[in-house]
Amino acid sequence: MNWASAADFFAMGGYGVYVWGSFGVTAACFALEIIVLRARQRAALRASGSGSREP
Amino acid sequence: MAINWFKYSSPASFYPLAGRLTPWFFAAAAVLAVAGLYISFFVAPADAQQGEAYRIIFIHVPAAWMSMFIYVVMAIWAGVGLAFNTRLSSMFASALAPTGALMTFIALWTGSLWGKPMWGTWWVWDARLTSELILLFLYFGFMSLQAAIDDPRRADKAGAVIALVGVVNVPIIYFSVKWWNTLHQGASVSLTRSPTMAKTMLLGMLVMALAFWMYSIAVTLIRVRAIILERERNSDWVKALEERQP
Repeated sequence: MNWASAADFFAMGGYGVYVWGSFGVTAACFALEIIVLRARQRAALRASGSGSREP
Repeated sequence: MAINWFKYSSPASFYPLAGRLTPWFFAAAAVLAVAGLYISFFVAPADAQQGEAYRIIFIHVPAAWMSMFIYVVMAIWAGVGLAFNTRLSSMFASALAPTGALMTFIALWTGSLWGKPMWGTWWVWDARLTSELILLFLYFGFMSLQAAIDDPRRADKAGAVIALVGVVNVPIIYFSVKWWNTLHQGASVSLTRSPTMAKTMLLGMLVMALAFWMYSIAVTLIRVRAIILERERNSDWVKALEERQP
């Protein structure tokens, strides 16, 4: 086991800002990409077929 | 078992297949990420020289690998689309670009956060960092060129030219640490000799790389589905799609 306590884990031996800054931003990027993509897919579904709908 | 692969080269038949595959790739990515993060933080020991800061490599290296790999795959699909005029190949190239750019950004961002405590600087203009930054601009160039051209088929062709020319940058990135005297360290993992790192560290990196790979496939499949819908919105098969019905 690497860590004596939760505080020890979050401190990352004094490099907490750098380590969590890396992992946090990466996770946020992936989450954002998925949210943006889902919105794009929904918009594409809504727009599909609208160009020549029968009266 | 005979599978008619050509059947799936048509957007209409690939669309539902991609929809069915996506959750499986997301599930694989999630399982691998949990395992990879567990190894990264709880199994792999602290580095003798870098302490805990080295754990950044568990995302830095996979992101950097994916940034180069996605570019090559994108260039191949763009080239196939250019040579054979196959619509789906070009759509795949377009779908890969934003995820490739994201991986490049993550590689640069995490590298910078590692560089500050280890090198004492966020950024240096050494060959590895500069060529990776050029890769980011190649992705941006590809995407903005495609966005600037209204006709999708012409956009595909113009994008393919950028993608294919830019592919020379990938071996430059890869070999930059050998060809030039860079601040960035040389490869710890290579195909020609055994890795120069602890087994658990290597395992964590490889599992995380697989997680990034599966994630990239999943998001690319979603994006290619959106692109198919955007381009074929007036076709009969799109109008008949079940998920469109309210």
